[in-house]
Amino acid sequence: MDYSIFGYQFMQNAILSAFLGGIACSTIGVFVVLMHMPFIGVCMSHAAFAGALLGLWLGFDPTIGAFLFSLGAAAVVGPLADRGELNPETSVGVIFSLMLGLAFLFMGLMPGAKSGALELLWGSILTNTQSDIIILGIVAALVIIIILLFYKEMQATIFQRDMARAVGVPATLMLYSILFMTGATITASFSSIGGLLIFSLILNPAAAAYQLTYNMKRMFLFSAAFGVISCWIGLLFSYLFNIPSGATIVVTSSLIFLIAVAFSPKRKVKQWRQRAITEETNE
Amino acid sequence: MNVNKENDHSISIENAVVSYREDVALRGISIRVNRGEFVGVIGPNGAGKTTLLTIINGMGTLLHGQIHVLGYNLASGNGLSLRKKVGYVAQAQNIDPRMPMNVREVAIIGRYGRLGLFRRPKKHDWEIVDAALDLVGMTHLAKRPIGHLSGGEQQRVAIARCLAQEPEIFLLDEPTASLDWKAQTEILELVKRIHEERHLTTLFVTHDLDALPHTCDRVVLMKDGLIIADGAPDKLISTESLSNLYDMPLSAVEERQPHMHRRKS
Repeated sequence: MDYSIFGYQFMQNAILSAFLGGIACSTIGVFVVLMHMPFIGVCMSHAAFAGALLGLWLGFDPTIGAFLFSLGAAAVVGPLADRGELNPETSVGVIFSLMLGLAFLFMGLMPGAKSGALELLWGSILTNTQSDIIILGIVAALVIIIILLFYKEMQATIFQRDMARAVGVPATLMLYSILFMTGATITASFSSIGGLLIFSLILNPAAAAYQLTYNMKRMFLFSAAFGVISCWIGLLFSYLFNIPSGATIVVTSSLIFLIAVAFSPKRKVKQWRQRAITEETNE
Repeated sequence: MNVNKENDHSISIENAVVSYREDVALRGISIRVNRGEFVGVIGPNGAGKTTLLTIINGMGTLLHGQIHVLGYNLASGNGLSLRKKVGYVAQAQNIDPRMPMNVREVAIIGRYGRLGLFRRPKKHDWEIVDAALDLVGMTHLAKRPIGHLSGGEQQRVAIARCLAQEPEIFLLDEPTASLDWKAQTEILELVKRIHEERHLTTLFVTHDLDALPHTCDRVVLMKDGLIIADGAPDKLISTESLSNLYDMPLSAVEERQPHMHRRKS
């Protein structure tokens, strides 16, 4: 293999983007998995896609469009999920399909070649610029700092929001911080991974980590590690076989998830329970 | 915020009205609860029992009326600081069996409100948690993932979490609902023991009429958002009052009555 490729600026940018994007997305994924809100994540990432296309069509920065749209989706879906009044899955489904519809509407209205739009769909980590990396770095750092600062509040919110509220933890604020971080992460990683694929980079590494540990801190670490590994391996395959990087990253993360399921100790929950009973009777 | 230390009422509610959208959950109720009292709250579903508890811990908002809890005037929405002193145990929840948290980590959440933002639990906090787990008999399961415990064990952990909070008021919202009979009686005994040891002002919402005379000093009967009776359990849990409370004919209540008072004779 020819290693000279790593000497090029664009490849170094790509490797760094993969690292930062992998960390940010898969860390957010832990919340998505543990709070049972995968649909909210799907909704927000497709909203970001629609927003970016709107930006592309009307001639403003797609990043700003993506950020505003994903936060808009969070603002609509968040209160529904928080109160648990309506069945959130239904309303989220409506918003999700609306966003996808809007995305294709904007794409249709766009004059001229659609290559820019398709790039947003599939992502192109190899064309990431210095400023893309700076945004990714800021978001990844922000996500990690917020989680470190509010770890105990976030943990209580993840476990049971109502109970967290009842003991005096600002659980609603935590929920909206999580949604805000999700929106920021999706927006920042958008151009690298692509609008349709980004959600699997959020979900898969966290879902894999979820299979492997009963310790929440470890779950965050495993998830971040799986996210980075998925991105790097995906990038390598993308380069070797000349296929879109977004797709190889998502396929890699799915494979990691399947391996985690196969080796999961949690598939034996029943045996654990059995053990609990025998231990008690032995006492 | 009004803090009035001389008031001996732990909870004092005047003409409280609470409404969710079009539904009126409480239609003007007044009640005073003394420090250390153990009050049972019974009534049909939708009577406003849970709403009564949520206004006491500052989670619900009043449309009308006054509420003072531990000297705080709750009219102005200052619930967060009060909630730290009010322990709340809800019905058994569905906990994800794969949730990556152990029993001890769940119980320490009770300390989080008191600790406040940016402060991590210290040795002292863990000691309080371990003592609480010991009191509810869950020490041997402290390192177990919370999702692996049975419903009754999870409720014991919820009670331990509440005790770790070192509350002055203890609110229990059907803590034994959906548990099996053995777990129900064990949780009841535990709640009673905690009340006797710590003299917490306790409000206990339950459908378990059988248990009330043995545990409560006082019973409140609620129906359609109103308190329809309030007094000693022996007097209130009678055929007439239950027939009125649950809209059942006297004969139907009487049929069930021997079962209810079986343990008294």
